[in-house]
Amino acid sequence: MAFVGGGLNRQSSQEGSPGVRFAFFAVISLVLMWYDQRDGWLQSVRYYLQAAAYPIQVAVGAPQALWRWSADLLESRESLQAENAALRERERQLAVEVARMAALEKENARLRALNEALPPLVSRSQVAEVISNELTALRQRLLINRGVRNAGAYRSQPVVDARGLLGQLVRVGPWSSEIILITDPEHATPVELVRNGLRSIAVGSGNPNELLLPYLAVNSDVKPGDLLVTSGLGGVFPAGYPVAVVTGIKRDPVLLLAQVRARPLATLTRDREVMLLWFDPEHPAAPTRKEQIDSLPPRDAATAPGPGTTATPAPAGSAPASAPAAPAATPATPEAAPRPATQPKPAQRPLLRPEGRP
Amino acid sequence: MTLSAPRHSLLFIYCTAILGLMLTVIPLPGLAAVLRPAFCAIVVLYWSTMAPQAGGILLGFIFGLLLDVIGGAQLGQHALAMAAIAYLAIRLHLLTRSKPIFQQSLFVLIALLLYETLLWAIDGYSGRPMNSPARWAHAGTGALMWPIVVGLLGRTHTTR
Repeated sequence: MAFVGGGLNRQSSQEGSPGVRFAFFAVISLVLMWYDQRDGWLQSVRYYLQAAAYPIQVAVGAPQALWRWSADLLESRESLQAENAALRERERQLAVEVARMAALEKENARLRALNEALPPLVSRSQVAEVISNELTALRQRLLINRGVRNAGAYRSQPVVDARGLLGQLVRVGPWSSEIILITDPEHATPVELVRNGLRSIAVGSGNPNELLLPYLAVNSDVKPGDLLVTSGLGGVFPAGYPVAVVTGIKRDPVLLLAQVRARPLATLTRDREVMLLWFDPEHPAAPTRKEQIDSLPPRDAATAPGPGTTATPAPAGSAPASAPAAPAATPATPEAAPRPATQPKPAQRPLLRPEGRP
Repeated sequence: MTLSAPRHSLLFIYCTAILGLMLTVIPLPGLAAVLRPAFCAIVVLYWSTMAPQAGGILLGFIFGLLLDVIGGAQLGQHALAMAAIAYLAIRLHLLTRSKPIFQQSLFVLIALLLYETLLWAIDGYSGRPMNSPARWAHAGTGALMWPIVVGLLGRTHTTR
């Protein structure tokens, strides 16, 4: 239809010369780039484009999914039984640990002189499937099948797997989201050493098996085998999630900083399923950054019966020195307190925890 | 030289572009990813050359935007580069279409180099410079891929 006329009959069906059309689209592209750099209203354009691209991404991930599915199908009875036994054994161990954990939590709360145990930090979690991955030296990303509409995911939401921290959501679409892994060169994770509480930043190396800690002084107390957990600074990740284990330290006396390497605990390259976490906003250790509230177009206003109340910060009295890490990061209350005033339309914001606190 | 196109040709063009987009974003390991031709750009070049009235600039713009979204690039980056090479191919289609396939490959090489240079310039301007010369490598493999693409896509329509 459009090109029946052919190349010699130039003005047959399309108006405008190619030059005019190219100029038109070039200007659109430049405007898009200009606004995208400034992170403004283009977030919503991206949001809908991501929905358009999702089928393509699923189709691209399909061969891999098919391969896994057939591998699952062909797995032998013996190996399944062995796996089952191993899982049962592990479940027993975990049950014992959980029982101990509950007692410890109680004791901790008592030691901190709180009248009652704190509510659990993670109020909700949801498993998401990995659709495709991109693990190059420049970008370490995973695409998952949960987004705003089918899970209430939000930007900068922490993602973990069974072993440790995986990353956070950078782009959220209606039915899919993109995770930036902690090993992405553009990602930095605030961490602390469990052994002595030394805080630092773990920067992604572009290699899924390595994190770098470039900001530790040459005389700092780090040893191979030290466990790194999230420090809770920065307000994105909650404090205390395991991140990595220190594997190597190079101390060059000429340099001021030691070169420390660490291995992430999460199995970044092999995860099929990851877990998204939602936090109880009243918990003193909860992340304070609420980017989801600003960056996404509103879900249905009708389905949000009062998100303002769930998003409001804890009353000033309930977040005192009880959380050693959180206040240092971004003071939970002062930063969050003016928020209700700056958000004129709370009813349009997506409700993150529809079922409320337990 | 004109195309006797079937009624569904525009739909068909977009389907081939989707296929090219999928080939462009399928995850590949290491060197294969570096050498992977920019299939989507090649498909846009093909249709801009063979069917200059089919709206290759719009095609390039749309699939460039999709590439931007999937790859997490600056929105509009690939869209601009694709629209630019589509424009180039449309302007020069009378020149290139009549040439033997080897010379067409040379033209594709130049177009893909220009494409990557635009991407590189925008990358640098937006503050994520990536200056490894390896990023231009796909232009070579893309030019080598051109005869195959012409052979495959050329079967789907007739020229007379």
